[in-house]
Amino acid sequence: MSEEKKGFFARLKEGLTKTRNNIVKGIDSIFSGFSSIDDDFYEELEETLIMGDLGVNATAAILERLKKQVKEQGIREPEACRQLLIDSIREQMDVGETAYDFETKQSVVLVIGVNGVGKTTSVGKLAGKLKAQGRRVLIAAADTFRAAAGEQLEEWANRAGVDMIGGREGSDPASVIYDAVHAAKARHIDVLLCDTAGRLHNKKNLMEELKKMNRIIDREFPDAHRENLVVLDGTTGQNALAQAREFSQVADLTGIILTKMDGTAKGGIAVAIQSELHIPVKYIGVGETIEDLQKFDANQFVNALFDIRTTEEGND
Amino acid sequence: MAFESLTDKLQNVFKSLRSKGRLTQEDVKIALKEVKMALLEADVNFKVVKQFVKSVEERAVGQDVMNGLNPGQMVVKIVNEEMTALMGSETVEIALQPGKAMTVLMMCGLQGAGKTTTTAKLAGKFKQKGKKPLLVACDVYRPAAIEQLQINAEKQQVDVFSMGTGHKPVNIAKAAIEHAQKNGHNIVILDTAGRLHIDADMMAELQEIKQNVTVHQTLLVVDAMTGQDAVNVAKEFDEKVGIDGVILSKMDGDTRGGAALSIKAVTGKPILYVGMGEKLSDLEQFYPDRMAGRILGMGDVLSLIDKVQSSIDLDEDKEKEMAARMKKGKFDFEDYLESMKQMRKMGGLSSILGMMPGLGAKSAELESLIDEKQLARMEAVVLSMTPEERRNPKLLNPSRKHRIARGAGVDISVVNRFIKQFEQSQKMMKQFPSLMGGKGARKGKFRLPF
Ligand SMILES: Nc1nc2c(ncn2[C@@H]2O[C@H](COP(=O)(O)OP(=O)(O)OP(=O)(O)O)[C@@H](O)[C@H]2O)c(=O)[nH]1
Ligand SMILES: [Mg+2]
Repeated sequence: MSEEKKGFFARLKEGLTKTRNNIVKGIDSIFSGFSSIDDDFYEELEETLIMGDLGVNATAAILERLKKQVKEQGIREPEACRQLLIDSIREQMDVGETAYDFETKQSVVLVIGVNGVGKTTSVGKLAGKLKAQGRRVLIAAADTFRAAAGEQLEEWANRAGVDMIGGREGSDPASVIYDAVHAAKARHIDVLLCDTAGRLHNKKNLMEELKKMNRIIDREFPDAHRENLVVLDGTTGQNALAQAREFSQVADLTGIILTKMDGTAKGGIAVAIQSELHIPVKYIGVGETIEDLQKFDANQFVNALFDIRTTEEGND
Repeated sequence: MAFESLTDKLQNVFKSLRSKGRLTQEDVKIALKEVKMALLEADVNFKVVKQFVKSVEERAVGQDVMNGLNPGQMVVKIVNEEMTALMGSETVEIALQPGKAMTVLMMCGLQGAGKTTTTAKLAGKFKQKGKKPLLVACDVYRPAAIEQLQINAEKQQVDVFSMGTGHKPVNIAKAAIEHAQKNGHNIVILDTAGRLHIDADMMAELQEIKQNVTVHQTLLVVDAMTGQDAVNVAKEFDEKVGIDGVILSKMDGDTRGGAALSIKAVTGKPILYVGMGEKLSDLEQFYPDRMAGRILGMGDVLSLIDKVQSSIDLDEDKEKEMAARMKKGKFDFEDYLESMKQMRKMGGLSSILGMMPGLGAKSAELESLIDEKQLARMEAVVLSMTPEERRNPKLLNPSRKHRIARGAGVDISVVNRFIKQFEQSQKMMKQFPSLMGGKGARKGKFRLPF
């Protein structure tokens, strides 16, 4: 490696160390660190948003909106921008009033997503949550592909104290769905949660397989309330948009479960997804235990995006 | 698709620029702005992008624009070279202990990155090379993690060492290595649980393993779809545990995979393999140049650039002369023949079109419009002319045209139409000299579409 290249790495490392320190200070330092709303200020904001994985387009759109508001309202202080920004993203990320209706209805929830994002874990957490609300829950183990997927879900069913319908490794996942739907009807189940195998959204045949499962639910249980949740890994970058786009071709997506939000990633791609596809984030995963699933809170999300620590969170 | 944007954008940007002999500061700045966007779209970390673009700018300004390329392409060429160099110029193998000595590998990474699957894939690779691997189940947390490893190991027909979920991973690792020594295993792969880089206890667990057993190589498995956070993850794992190499998983998706560049930039550690599917054989060598092209979203434009470089062989004088003639609108049928010859050297029009990622589906459309058969017919028309006629199209009176039509085996209307089109393009060239090689006249006459 040449001298020049080493220089590059070294400089970069320094830069990143600084960034980490900045993260702790968060956007507060942006708003309070600038005395006027100028290009530098907007540049800093842009950086924060892009580093939060919002992507180039969503970031540009947000900044454009902000600039317009700043002009219209004659705002001079960077400090005043903070609330504008928070409000506009929060408004956009609002889940709406009917978002959690399925929790209280007789419903079938299809959980889909790419490999390793946290589908099985989220199904387990959801089962635990609904069970605790006194709902009768059944789990369908429609991942018949991945090694030990059934065993993994079985453990979650045990933890949640709910039943599970499964199939043998390599069997047709659609037939597992079929069996589970009929079992749900026969047992007067309130919520049927269907875990599916992880699949990359660019694999055509695997996406077809999902369509088939979706059709079977529609056909065999037309009266059930339908909820189709795509699970996205909060650490994922711009590709999550492509994932959401492709999975929404398989079934009408009614929501997103954004997982691994207990790490340092911000999950900002959800903002881009919301603005392009209008799919709301309904839950976030914040850990690996059964309690670690929370309803999405736009306030909290935006605060975390800009790392504005509220007083109660101040010591974490 | 996002993949096409860089080509398209550069195309627009450079339409307005005159071609010049050297890359000016302005050329480079404009092109790099688009490159920067493309890198961010590809999830390369913001800081990494900033540094990278800066160092490319320093190198690019003042460089000669190569024959056959326009300034935009020249910048892309430099960007691509720098990126490939940054990502490690050659492919690296996992370093094994010499001779019969046992090598211990430890896998680590975030939850869901693909460690267990990758472990089994690696085992298959080593087995193929005549090694005797032992896979060790150190994930005592995730439900059915051990079963998953066991099933995969069985598929690969390699051995697994497990002590269930009731022991500390460090103790499992110690026992596994003893077991391996007794049973003639020469590669031990520790499959550890997924963990967050900020989880102090879990990171300490990996440190403890390394303090108590000799780990020769620690491999970080990273999801290729990771966003801006990849730098934090890689840096923390490297600083707290120490990593020797990186494996990128899920590259069979359609992600541009900018995380690869970010990780390489912050850790300096080589990327060893890429996971290309769920089958246990889907583990491939890492190629820095392919990765660079993918991150840039330039598709085969890069190979097109290569092709231009290697196939344009006009000597400089001839080229200058031709460009000068074009400028004056004196492009004649001899020049036309020469152009056709050059194009064929580059693999024909359809092959050139096929390499333009910016065209995508449009390329098929264009191809049908352009129609190589039609071009061949035109060439036959030109070949039926006498050299004087080619150099001086004004000579072409009706009787000569009839003779040409007969010679080329086409209808007279075809000849008429072709000559008319030719005259029109001559006029155009006179009006827009920049379209055809510009004033510097150092460049080839092929104007690639951006
Ligand atoms: N830290 C953290 N880890 C999580 C979260 N959700 C899931 N995980 C972990 O991520 C890993 C993958 O989770 P799974 O539930 O197996 O993911 P999946 O989508 O079902 O995976 P496949 O079925 O293999 O495609 C496991 O180690 C989980 O414990 C979360 O919110 N936070
Ligand atoms: Mg699963």
